[in-house]
Amino acid sequence: MATRITRRLDALKAEDRAALVTFTMAGDPNYQASLDTLKGLPEAGADIIELGMPFTDPMADGPAIQKAALRALKGEHTQHKTLEMVREFRRDDQDTPIVLMGYYNPIYRYGVERFLKDASEAGIDGLIVVDLPPEHDSELCLPAARAGIDFIRLATPTTDDKRLPRVLENTSGFIYYVSVAGVTGAQAPTPESVEQSITRIRAHTDLPIAVGFGIRSAEQAARIGRFADAVVVGSALIQCIEQADSVDAGTRDVHALVRELSSGVRRARQV
Amino acid sequence: MSSATDSTKRFSQGPNADGFYGDFGGRFVAETLMPLILELEEAWEWSRTDEAFRRELEGYQRDYIGRATPLYYAERLTEHLGGAKIYFKREDLNHTGAHKINNCIGQILLARKMGKKRIIAETGAGMHGVATATVAARFGMECVIYMGATDIERQQPNVFRMKLLGAEVIPVESGTGTLKDAMNEALRDWVTNVSDTFYLIGTVAGPHPYPAMVRDFQSVIGRETREQILDKEGRLPDTLMACIGGGSNAMGLFHPMLDDESVRMIGVEAAGHGIETGEHAASLNGGEPGVLHGNRTFLLQSLDGQITDAHSVSAGLDYPGIGPEHAWLHTQKRVEYVSITDYEAIQAFKLCCELEGIIPALESAHSLAHLRKIAPDLPGDHLIVLNMSGRGDKDMASVANWLEEHGDTEKLPDTTVEAAEPGRIDDMQPPHDVAKKTGETE
Repeated sequence: MATRITRRLDALKAEDRAALVTFTMAGDPNYQASLDTLKGLPEAGADIIELGMPFTDPMADGPAIQKAALRALKGEHTQHKTLEMVREFRRDDQDTPIVLMGYYNPIYRYGVERFLKDASEAGIDGLIVVDLPPEHDSELCLPAARAGIDFIRLATPTTDDKRLPRVLENTSGFIYYVSVAGVTGAQAPTPESVEQSITRIRAHTDLPIAVGFGIRSAEQAARIGRFADAVVVGSALIQCIEQADSVDAGTRDVHALVRELSSGVRRARQV
Repeated sequence: MSSATDSTKRFSQGPNADGFYGDFGGRFVAETLMPLILELEEAWEWSRTDEAFRRELEGYQRDYIGRATPLYYAERLTEHLGGAKIYFKREDLNHTGAHKINNCIGQILLARKMGKKRIIAETGAGMHGVATATVAARFGMECVIYMGATDIERQQPNVFRMKLLGAEVIPVESGTGTLKDAMNEALRDWVTNVSDTFYLIGTVAGPHPYPAMVRDFQSVIGRETREQILDKEGRLPDTLMACIGGGSNAMGLFHPMLDDESVRMIGVEAAGHGIETGEHAASLNGGEPGVLHGNRTFLLQSLDGQITDAHSVSAGLDYPGIGPEHAWLHTQKRVEYVSITDYEAIQAFKLCCELEGIIPALESAHSLAHLRKIAPDLPGDHLIVLNMSGRGDKDMASVANWLEEHGDTEKLPDTTVEAAEPGRIDDMQPPHDVAKKTGETE
């Protein structure tokens, strides 16, 4: 059975446009504001929602996402609350795919089987776990597949042709191409170099390819959306929350930027 | 599956091909780093059997580091404690003042072999940072050291040393500004500068092959000790002792004798203000299994899997994890792991200065403190080798400040062994973190 992620990406492919994937941190700046932000994302134009699971030591993230995680943890956010947030979201929205993104330790500590069961019941469609390369598929990737949850893998500029098949092997839903060797929020690479890499990955897989890291504006989203199946924006949205004068303003600013990005993605292939 | 080799190397044969020691270890890193880790593993495997590499490494160990380090009979301490016969393995006499350089010289030779031009490292007390900056200078490579802002404050002399040696020292403000945060930042640098950068990890932790590779380079400590004690006493030691932060000096001492079943081994963790206070750095005695910095091991963490802060008067032990091979040896009960508070470590530090004329690193003072507890009850023919992992010059400010804060020993109860029972000591625990105040002593 096709998952929510596959259904959504197939539908957008039929419309000939890229998906906009948004990343926000669960519990940032607090539970309620984070839930309000989440609930408004589909209407603002997010096609797939990535929700960060806060972790104290996010080794692959830049300062913006690190700080968001620490804000959430300061508000005593937990894995249970992240799942509760998704359950609340699902009361009104049965269609928008939700992918949880984070690090392995909070899941490991929760208990892998218990986590997958609770995540599945909450209506979570996919997982991106940064510190689980294919060498550790038995830890979470394969159990997730059995639970009907897509395990979305990152491919990077250092993933060469020899390694790519291994990275793709147990990946489902889509593949997330990290367009720069670096942490989140880094400098954007040139669209030309990204397009080359996408072409290289397409030779190995039929999975949709999302591109992320360093995409901040509608203009950039439009350029990447011309050839990528999905465009991921994270740090720029997180910074809306960080820089807002009030909690409500943060939510409003996130939705405003998502609307802009969405229009960028929608016009990408119309020229 | 089982062969003669397997049974004779029951404890020393790990890790397996995936970098696991039992359930611990592994390669839990972002995809960007995986190809680099695999490339490093290949280089390390090559170095283990290449004769020319071994000869070159031995040359630097002898002529640059000053090995072999002495195995010293601590006569006055032995008399004072009135029990076991005590030897110190003098890693404090190495170039740069600690065992850290054993590993750095090995890794930089690998970095050169791999064509890397830029060395990055994390450091806690600064000893690994100094050792890394030293070998980077020696081999003409660019060097960047990540160091927690808190640690920079309490280890100023080492910061200055690193700068003199040409390294750039980058203060890490995130988290608590200690070793774990410095390691996060070094990993972020590595992920960003993959093509030319070699990450020189300072302890037996991190993704495979680091725990095994660092152990290999540190095992020179245990190999020498084995030979030296056989030479002096005609037999193996009864007990080995070493302090544990990440655990590299302990692993270096223990590993060559892990399969000698008669040798008892004790690793000493930092109990900070006391395990029961929650403010400590004792991952095995006060932590739970989890995944951080590329490996599964025992970690200080919350019920929700968030990493909690480590506390110790000694910056070098201030890490919320421990090498995965130690985690395995703990669950196998091959090595005993105990813990020592700040208070006990400071008292042992003073005792060693006064009796042996050796100023130990605060890290090593933790194992000295446990030695004080056990040596008096052991017979005179019981041989203990304690790894004097480093010298304490770097700790002058921390110790002076602690003594100023808590008063000198005269104002404390008698520091004889009897008084060092855990119950009484714990009653005396200082109410807050003294180390944080070090910056004010200038």
